[in-house]
Amino acid sequence: MTARQVLSSVAVAAIVMFVLPVFFDVLNLTTFAAYALLALSLGFVWGYGGILCFGQTAFYGLGAYVYALTAINTGEAWSGFFLAILLPALFAAVLGAMMFYGRLSDVYLAVVTLVVSLILFRFMNHTAGEQWVIGEARLGGFNGIPGFPTLHIPGDPEAYIYDENLYYFTFVVLVLCYLLTRWLLGSPFGRILVGLRENEQRIELLGYDVRARKTAAFAFGGALAGLAGCLYANAAEIITPELFGLGLAAEIIIWVIVGGAGTLIGPMIGAAVLGYLKFVLGLRAVKEVFGRENPLEATLVFGVILILFILFLPRGVVPSIQGWLGRARPGRAGAFGAGRRRRTRAERARSNA
Amino acid sequence: MRRGARDGVVEARGVSVRFGGVTALDSVDFTLADKELRCLIGPNGAGKSTFFKCLTGVLRPSEGDIRIRGIDCVGAHPHRIAGLGVGIKTQVPSVMNGLSVRENVWIAARKRNSTREADRIVAETLERIGIADSAGEPVGNLAHGRRQLVEFGTVLAGDPWLILLDEPAAGLTAEEAERAVEIIIEMNARAAIIVVEHDMHFIRQLAKTVTVLHQGRILTEGHVDTVLGDPLVRDVYLGKSQ
Amino acid sequence: MDLAAVVVYEILYTIAFLALISAGLAVVFGMMRVVNLAHGEFVLLGGYAAIVSHNTLGINIFVSMLVVAPLAVAVFGVVAERLIIRFLYGRLINTMLATWGLSLAMIGAFTLIFGPTTTSIKAPIGGFAVGDYSLSGYTIFIIASAVGVVLLIFGVLKYTRAGLIARGAMQSADMASAFGYDTSKVYMVTFAAGSALSGLAGGVLAPLVGIGPTAGLLYIAKAFITVISGGASVVSGLIASSGFFGIVSQAVTFATNSVIGEIGLLVAAVILLRLLPTGISGRFFRDRL
Repeated sequence: MTARQVLSSVAVAAIVMFVLPVFFDVLNLTTFAAYALLALSLGFVWGYGGILCFGQTAFYGLGAYVYALTAINTGEAWSGFFLAILLPALFAAVLGAMMFYGRLSDVYLAVVTLVVSLILFRFMNHTAGEQWVIGEARLGGFNGIPGFPTLHIPGDPEAYIYDENLYYFTFVVLVLCYLLTRWLLGSPFGRILVGLRENEQRIELLGYDVRARKTAAFAFGGALAGLAGCLYANAAEIITPELFGLGLAAEIIIWVIVGGAGTLIGPMIGAAVLGYLKFVLGLRAVKEVFGRENPLEATLVFGVILILFILFLPRGVVPSIQGWLGRARPGRAGAFGAGRRRRTRAERARSNA
Repeated sequence: MRRGARDGVVEARGVSVRFGGVTALDSVDFTLADKELRCLIGPNGAGKSTFFKCLTGVLRPSEGDIRIRGIDCVGAHPHRIAGLGVGIKTQVPSVMNGLSVRENVWIAARKRNSTREADRIVAETLERIGIADSAGEPVGNLAHGRRQLVEFGTVLAGDPWLILLDEPAAGLTAEEAERAVEIIIEMNARAAIIVVEHDMHFIRQLAKTVTVLHQGRILTEGHVDTVLGDPLVRDVYLGKSQ
Repeated sequence: MDLAAVVVYEILYTIAFLALISAGLAVVFGMMRVVNLAHGEFVLLGGYAAIVSHNTLGINIFVSMLVVAPLAVAVFGVVAERLIIRFLYGRLINTMLATWGLSLAMIGAFTLIFGPTTTSIKAPIGGFAVGDYSLSGYTIFIIASAVGVVLLIFGVLKYTRAGLIARGAMQSADMASAFGYDTSKVYMVTFAAGSALSGLAGGVLAPLVGIGPTAGLLYIAKAFITVISGGASVVSGLIASSGFFGIVSQAVTFATNSVIGEIGLLVAAVILLRLLPTGISGRFFRDRL
């Protein structure tokens, strides 16, 4: 990534960051920024590493819980903030090593990741009793953990960062993570990772250790997801086992597919837009349009969106737009949609005819 | 992987592979000298590809010993074998379709070189195999023969001292096959090469020494003209029983 | 002695439960390589169908469970197959994603139609006592149903012409179409059969478990790991893995409690897949049914 690209990204991000609060509520925006970071993590792992993780919520929820538990026990935020990055990354590394060194792929990988987040979900739901305590913090079962210390100016635990400032902080962290991921993808590690997504055997026969590289990529994704969980916890000020839930796990996948796997910006936009859509569908005013008795279920809408995208636009919105604009660069945009099957030249000729 | 003193670049002793009740390879002995170019031929099911897979670490032999430059390679992971400086080209063109020609070759060059050095090697390699004109194109868009060339490029860019090629002429036009022969002979100046092939015409242009596999065993080994003139070999190819 | 009998009874019930809820998914995955992530909602649909048929329409409960539920879900399955799944054959990941979408859509639709609360019907068979313990007689019916379902799948695949054609088409679609069979139709019928089995499971389980819009989660997770861990062989994989997981989860449940037992089941699945990446049948029952 050149200095000019960094500067232009930062400039665009800054404009977006200052314009959005004019139109939307900052608390919502903070949540959507955390979602965007979560989408970025899966966009990286799946879109560039070719690792289809169905349970990215495991690291997200873990990040949130690690943050809250540490913050309660230490009385300040920053050790929890960093642990919320580190521990999910470590957990992802261990889980990833187990899967990749065991040569699990595709459907089995999807199952294992999904089951792992389900285990965490069931477990956290089960921790309602008095005996489930870590230090001074009660795990709280399905009620979750409320009232933990939120982010503050370093060194002054009383000076909380909240409302607009929390939004700006979250947004800046998101942009930094985006730039870091872009940089990583431009580095030799990232370029080889994309090669690995394209053809694992070829990369192996060129002398690269595929297992170690996938594990590292998975751990990086875990770190981003953990950080997203921590940021979400600060916005919501309460965490529940739902953070591990399958509902959210499905939503992340939908964000990435709608936005476009194989890009970084696509999943982030997908998360924000669909996050907003879900918020709107949950509003009482909107429910009343459809009749008080039968609110239009967000789950129904999201399910239909997922089906329609898989059938009609599996590459996602951003890569398709890039394709129409003729900007599709190999290895960057849209090389890996949900449709893994690549079209041969003959097929392309046929469909153009 | 253990190091031990032996002569050849590749030393295989008593290599056998059994799948259930079927013996695909039966106690094969094979030696390849430094800078040698050897063709492995045989009819379908002779065990050529099985032997190739043992050399590349994709398959673990049921019995036997394989050493590459004296290093014990039985059960070694393919990336360890490739990491020794072995270039491998598989039967089906194995390239990264979504990446450009340049990116494909760059990833190969980067394995043993710095980024800057890799950039230089890529430019040079694309020139050498004659695909510099489509450097920016996604490999998936290229025709089959051009993709084979890209795979040659990835092998070449790693600057290997041993090259294993599985049916490099498969699906090539006559013209492309000639180009492949040139490239292989050029690569042979720096590396020992094993070519698995059954296109006789291609082999005649290429090799001096030929090893014939039949029913998992080595039938004969020798100079290409002698071997291909051997009535036994001809019978095997025509499918006569012995 | 009584306790031992109860333990065995509970284990058998858990195995039967797993086999029942997994059978439909096993047929669809084993035969067609399609992972139907909406499977849990297919089971629920069977439950809802049985409840509506019995409670609202007043149809006999056994007819509701054993006929109406499978038929309703089979019809729904055919619609889903024609509208969505048939475009995605051979693309495992895409079918998983599309059926996940279907799953969400169904959850939403159930909530709209039946409301967010749990409904149920009364079990048609009473309980009985073993020593000091009282047991549900309906459980025996569940165990019998599971045995019946497994025998049915085995019998159809092994001894009927339709089963043979289906097996052939799954092995090689080209070959089957070369012999003049319409593979698209074979896929459709197979999917309908799998759906019918899911509906049957939902129907017979409806009196025992609560049927609510989000309860499908419970079924899909368990069915999913049972089938995936079982591997590619439909019948032997199904028996082996429901047996294995049934024993593991009941053993853990007795040692601790039922939630930990469920977690134990999931952990066992992760470990099992790590050790046997192609599932139990991929390792031990290759090339069997």
